[in-house]
Formats: sequence, C-alpha cells, structure tokens
Amino acid sequence: MLNPAYIIILFALLISFSSNAVKIHVGGSDGLASIREAVMKAKAGDTVLVRAGVYMEGSIVLNKGIVLLAEKGVEIDAQGKEPLIVIRADKSVVKGFTLKNSGYSDIAEIAGIRLENVKACRVEDNYLYNNFFGIYLSNSSYCILRNNVIHGFARTETSSGNGIHLWKSDHNTVLGNKIKGHRDGIYFEFVKNSSIINNISEDNLRYGLHFMFSDNDVYRYNIFRRNGSGVAVMYTRDVEMSFNRFEHNWGSASYGLLLKDISKSQIRNNMFLRNTTGLYMEGSHSTIIEQNDFRENGWALRILGDCYNDTITSNNFIGNSFDVATNAVRNMNYFYSNYWDKYTGYDLNKDGTGDISYYPVSLYSKITEENPYALMMLHSFFIDLLNQTEKLLPSITPDQFLDALPKMKKLMHDTY
Amino acid sequence: MLKVFSYVFQEVFRNRMLVFYSLFLFLLSSGLFYFGADSSKAVVSLLHVVLLVVPLLCIVFATIHYYNSLEFIELLLAQPVPRRRIFTGEYLGLSVAMTLALLTGLGLPVLFWDTSAASLFLLAMGVMLTFIFTSIAFFASVSSTDKSKGIGTALIIWFYYAVIFDGLVLLVLHYFSDYPLEKVVLVLTTLNPIDLARVFVLLKLDTSALMGYTGSLFQSFFGTIWGILFSLFFLLLWLVIPLWLSIRIFTRKDL
Repeated sequence: MLNPAYIIILFALLISFSSNAVKIHVGGSDGLASIREAVMKAKAGDTVLVRAGVYMEGSIVLNKGIVLLAEKGVEIDAQGKEPLIVIRADKSVVKGFTLKNSGYSDIAEIAGIRLENVKACRVEDNYLYNNFFGIYLSNSSYCILRNNVIHGFARTETSSGNGIHLWKSDHNTVLGNKIKGHRDGIYFEFVKNSSIINNISEDNLRYGLHFMFSDNDVYRYNIFRRNGSGVAVMYTRDVEMSFNRFEHNWGSASYGLLLKDISKSQIRNNMFLRNTTGLYMEGSHSTIIEQNDFRENGWALRILGDCYNDTITSNNFIGNSFDVATNAVRNMNYFYSNYWDKYTGYDLNKDGTGDISYYPVSLYSKITEENPYALMMLHSFFIDLLNQTEKLLPSITPDQFLDALPKMKKLMHDTY
Repeated sequence: MLKVFSYVFQEVFRNRMLVFYSLFLFLLSSGLFYFGADSSKAVVSLLHVVLLVVPLLCIVFATIHYYNSLEFIELLLAQPVPRRRIFTGEYLGLSVAMTLALLTGLGLPVLFWDTSAASLFLLAMGVMLTFIFTSIAFFASVSSTDKSKGIGTALIIWFYYAVIFDGLVLLVLHYFSDYPLEKVVLVLTTLNPIDLARVFVLLKLDTSALMGYTGSLFQSFFGTIWGILFSLFFLLLWLVIPLWLSIRIFTRKDL
C-alpha cells in the first residue's frame, strides 16, 4: 500500500509544480484587456483565466501549452470572419468558452476550435454556436473532446461544415458532446484507435456520424437521431459499435446505419428505431451483428449480395414493414437464433426455438427490390395474399435466406 | 326525390344487416385502438379492413336492396314522377344510410381515439368508397333483370378492383420494368378507386417514407393541394360515371 510519506512528498511536488505555473487574468478590473495579450505573455504551463464578457479580437492562437479557462459567461465572437481558437501546442486546454460566428469560407476549413499537429490537448465544456466547423482536429493525437455543445445552422451541404471533424488523428476520445445542425455531426477520416462515447448527434443535414478509413475505433452509448441520411460508415475494419441508438431517420434515402466495406467489426446491443432502412450493408464481411433491436423500421436489414461471412444472431425484429431485403440469390451470411415477430411456426419440444425455419425475405420484399415502383402497392390485399401463398409454398423467394433456429419469444438483452 | 330519399333511407336504416355492419366496424376499430400500442398501426390495420370490407358490403347490400325494392320502384313509376328522380332518390337514400352506418362504426372510435390526419383521411376515403361502390352496384343491377346475374356481376366487379387489378398492375410493372414507369404508375392508380383511396391514406402515414423514390414521386404529386384535388376529381368520376350510366339505362329501360 501507499506509504503516507509518499503522499506527502507527492503533494509537496504538486504544490511546487503549481507554484511555478502563473495565473494570468483577462477582463474585470485588474485583468488584461485582451485574451491575445494574455496568451502572448503566458509561458507553457501557465493558466489564462478569462472573466465574463464579450471578446471580439479575431483568432486566438495557442503556440504554447497553456490552460485557457473561461469563467461563466465568456463569449468570443468572430463576427463571421475567421477561426476562433487555434491550438498549435501540445498539452493545451480550452475550457468553458462560448464561441460564436466563425464565418464561412470556400477554401479554408474555418472552425470554432482548431487543433493542428498537437498531442494531449483537452477541449471541454465549450459552447460553439453558428460556426462553419465546430471542433476540427488535424494530425493530432491523445486529445480529449468532452462535454461540448455544438450548434450549427447548416443550410446546404456545400456551404456547411461538420460538428466534430477529425482528420488523420489517433488515440482521441470524444465524450459526451452534443452536436446539432451541422453537415455531418461527427466526421472521421483516417482516425485510428479512438473512442466515441456518450455523444448525441441529431438534426444534422447529412450524417449523424460519418467515418472512413478509421480502423480500431469504438463507438458506445451514442444517440444518432433525425439526421438527413442517418449514419454512414465506410472502408474500415475492426470497429466496435455497441449500445448506440439509431433512430428516427425517416426520409426517402435515410438509413439508421449504412455499412460500406466494413469488415471484422462488431455491432452489438444497438437500437434501430423507426428508420426507413435500419441497417444497410454493402460490401461488408466478417462482421458480427448481435443482440440488436430492430423496431418499426421500413426495412430492418438490407443486405446486398456482395456481403459475406457476416453473422446475424440473437437480434429482435419487431414491427418492421420488411424484415430483410436483398438483391442476392445466394446467401453467404449466417442468420440464426433471432426473434422475428412475423414468425408463425411452432415449437413442439418447448425448447424456445421454432421447429421450422423462418424465411425473412418475403415475396413482396423481393418484388420491391427488383422493382421499386411495386412499393405503391404497400398494404394492398393482393400483396397480403401473395405473401401468404409464398409462405406456404416458397418458390420465388431465395430459400437460402433462412433462420433455422428462430426464437419463439422476444430475446432479453440490454440496449441503450 | 326527397320523399323517395326519406322512404328509402328509413327502410334501409332499419335493416338488421346494416346494424351488424356498423357494430362490426365499431368493435373492430375500438378494439384495435384500445389494444394496439401504436395508433398508426391501428390505422394501417383499419385501412386493410376498410379497403376490403366497405366496397364488398356496399356492392352486395346495394344490389340486393335494388332487386328487393324493384316492386316498390314499379309502384312509384306508376305515379307521375320522373324516373331520374326516383333513381337518384333510391341511390342517395341507400348511400347516405350506409355512410351513416360507417360513420357510427368507424367515425366514433376514430374521433375518440385518434384524430390524426391519417385516420381522418381513412374515414373520408371510407365515405368516398361507400358512395362509389353503391353507384357501381346500381350500375350492375340495372344492367340485368336477373337477380342472380346482377349480384354475380357486382361480386365480380368487387373482386376485380379489390384483388385482380393489383395483380395486373404487378404484371405490368414486372414486364415493363426496363421503362420509366412513374407516370404509368400514377395513371394505373387512378384506374382503381380502391388503389386511389389506399395511396391517399398511405401518404398520410409515416410509412410513406419507406416508399423511397416512388414515395417521393407520389408525395410530390398527391401531397400537394393539386394532387389532392386531382385524386378527388378521379374519385368523383368513379362515382358519377357509373351513376350517370345507370340513370341512362334506367330511364330508357322497359321494366
């Protein structure tokens, strides 16, 4: 166990360190007039404490690792001209600011807070309002973005930026942020070994979450809601997405989650609620989709013919218009032990598993896949008749798409 | 005409079958609303029922009614009343009574549980289909003097619109899938009152999003005020043309 003497020594060390760090005040009666001036004066490791007020002084560039703290009610307004805070030194901290009106540019990616080639920085508790990009990281690692609220007013995809944008960065943590009204809520490109936890990304113009070439990332306990096209993730392997909610993405081309060329990944315990297409898979392989809930989607799962070796097991499919749609003739994926609310089989030996297989691709689903116009016959009596007949004597629907061990009762598992 | 209307209305309104019809709808819809967790699902189930049962009942009931009241009509024809008036009186009396039955059976639960746009549209389409299929039934009845033949024709008409037509549409979509079919689909929809009613209600449900491209085509067409007027116009045509034809036959017929 720790010796009390050690603790005292440690404490003494801490005091000596902190006594080295200088605290510089901005605003109020005794503070400096501008944040820029304070940043210029400060040395690495110093703290700049900004007092309440509105500051309009252009970009603030952190060239050394200082702690930039705001008291309650500090507002920096760029008046639509330039980026607000640019971090260019390791171990910088920006905390508690309200950053407004970065302005928009066709050539530069102007952001509320921009981190360039840095390590171990923290961006916390800021409120970013009406900026082009919210927080922008390029080539930065071991940074933490926590509890920021980012609110944009994207109108068109070309004239708007992303809420949290990471490019070529690794080992970052994005935690507890709320993003609203940007182009993409969270955007990752070439981001490795990062974790995205507890964020809420909603009402964004395009995607709630959008990542490409970002291997070994973890997404947990996030909510992606009412985004223009849902969530799209592409060209990535070894991703874990668990306990997230993908909900209310109702639009003619909306997806709860779109997977394109995703491999060796895990999608567990997520809730897909009321999306036009719950989960869309294209060119994905060796991915495990387990213990998710698909509820009240148009298409719960849409799996294209170029997917293989994926495992779909122990999920609940409840109240979806179509359970599974596919353009494939042969099935190269594994479906087993899911609960399908449309299953009408029996269980004579009472082991909880149905004795006859369930075919999740209905005839109508097959027809609409080939001919989308046939969707105009949704809820037609003739279609019901057709589906029932096909169920009794399957002849057109792909008979390889089957769950041989369908569950009789809804599976109990946790979702967020 | 008003006198004929009130006679017929009173006679039909006392009919036991109509009471059963109303009661059936009432129990079904309040059951669906009460036990269903989600009212939009109840509306979908009710949509299935309304599209199937309302036309069927109207067509069967109206043909039987027509043949049963032929003697009464002959009696009226002995009076100095124009045939046209007698016929419209018959038609209105019957269809208004059926509409009232529908409104009590379906309308009350809807007003009580769920007054969303979708369910109000469903109700409106129910009323529309009642008028349309009564009119079609009358057309089938005046076309032949033989009762069994008339009822047979009426049933075939119902079967055609409720089931066969959609099958034919599916065939067309299948065989011509290489061509752009947007307008064809629109035109095909207007050729069947049941399909028109279904698309109308469907677009008020949020499942319409799932129709994707087709859905957005329909939405951009039927969703606008012009689209609504357009489809109402076609629904009215479905009411007026058979009625007009049957009045024409009725006034010239040797009874």
